[in-house]
Amino acid sequence: MLRLTKSLIIIALGASLAACGDSNNNRSETPPEVVSPPVVSPVVTYEFTIQVSNLTAAQPLSPIAVISHTENMLWEIGSPASTALEVMAEGGNNSDLLAVDFATAVASADAPLPPGSQVTLSLTTEQLDSLKISLATMLVNTNDAFTGLNAIDVSSLAVDEALTFTTFAYDAGTEANSEAAGTIPGPADSGEGFNEERNDVNYVAMHPGVVSQHDGLSSSVLSSQHKFDNPLTQVVITRTQ
Amino acid sequence: MKTLSLTLLAATAISSFTSQAAELDIKLTNLTQGVHFTPILITAHSGDTSLFEVATPASTALQTMAEGGNIAPLVDEATAANSDMVANPAEGLLAPAASTMASLTTTEGNDYLSLTAMLLPTNDGFVGLNSWKIPTEAGTYTIYLNGYDAGTEANDERVVEGSGALGVPGIPAAPGGNAGTGGSGVTSSESNTMVHIHPGNLGDDDLEAGISDLDNTVHRWLNPVAKLTVTVK
Repeated sequence: MLRLTKSLIIIALGASLAACGDSNNNRSETPPEVVSPPVVSPVVTYEFTIQVSNLTAAQPLSPIAVISHTENMLWEIGSPASTALEVMAEGGNNSDLLAVDFATAVASADAPLPPGSQVTLSLTTEQLDSLKISLATMLVNTNDAFTGLNAIDVSSLAVDEALTFTTFAYDAGTEANSEAAGTIPGPADSGEGFNEERNDVNYVAMHPGVVSQHDGLSSSVLSSQHKFDNPLTQVVITRTQ
Repeated sequence: MKTLSLTLLAATAISSFTSQAAELDIKLTNLTQGVHFTPILITAHSGDTSLFEVATPASTALQTMAEGGNIAPLVDEATAANSDMVANPAEGLLAPAASTMASLTTTEGNDYLSLTAMLLPTNDGFVGLNSWKIPTEAGTYTIYLNGYDAGTEANDERVVEGSGALGVPGIPAAPGGNAGTGGSGVTSSESNTMVHIHPGNLGDDDLEAGISDLDNTVHRWLNPVAKLTVTVK
């Protein structure tokens, strides 16, 4: 400890000596010609973190997709799901959602989010005006249930300011809620994910919940632990820059 | 200077007057996947009245609406209470995931907003909003509404024609055409006779028999059942 302190003093002395030498030398020289740096308009970026907590008993959430955008919505109650939403809601694959043409920035979790777990994603954009953030993820032990946030306006958030939400369960309306063996991609069944056939109401609505074999659907592969109620997740959106 | 003060006073007087009455644009969305709403009643009223109160017995007017979808007695009561109202904006049933719009101009003193509509198919379930204070600040406000149980009829979940009449057990109709028959009845009693949050439809997986005429993969719901967007102009 003593030796360290001495070394620091020596370094400090050396540095101040060097500084003296420099200033002495410069004084006798012609000042350098002033050259204006080329004008570069600075790129202003805005950063947000999105922290998601899975509040369910036994519904892993497929890799969470977040997108920023200034127009459009990922889904609308009463309207048919887009194919990109259907692919995510039936099978947990968010690649088509991340590729929507109106996204200005996207991020994805790299793994499913287990019940009782939390993940934080971040988005960086170059625009704040009219900026919205959307989030979507599948409840994988269901036929086509998903949860998320739809076009949350974050344009008036100050740095370090946060918005907290809880999210509802939605039904993509593209696959009947049979809960049958072979139709559920999550670990409860390891069955089929996306199937382009639409054999349900073909509009997005709130999800009525899963029934399960323990609550009156004898053909269900789900058990009581797979049941869920609103809310599904807690989401905290924080502007960090 | 005197002129300015007078102008300011006048402006203050006008704004405090207009804050008592409001012009509202209202959008109601049925969020459920498989439950219809019967004719909707939206009222703006004083703090002395309401369409329903939780944890109290349903009025006969509320029971008439919740068991059969008939809003006429509630409209009569609201009229007697000098409420402003929109009756039946969807002109009939509001289908699952469908929306309806309405405009409502409130009069001075009617500062609270309420809403009811029966949930079909249920025995005596309804979507409700009770006495939401209408904000004086212009803006768009979103409210999520829950499903209530009037507490006046056992939730037997049997679809019985004519059961919309007061006191007749059964669900009067399943507008989606996707209910069954032959249910033996889930229960014949209602343990909570006060207005309460509906426990939800049970249903079963047998459309020809079983305990319920409802389909447990179609007719259940999770709260909230509706989204109300109110724009104060």
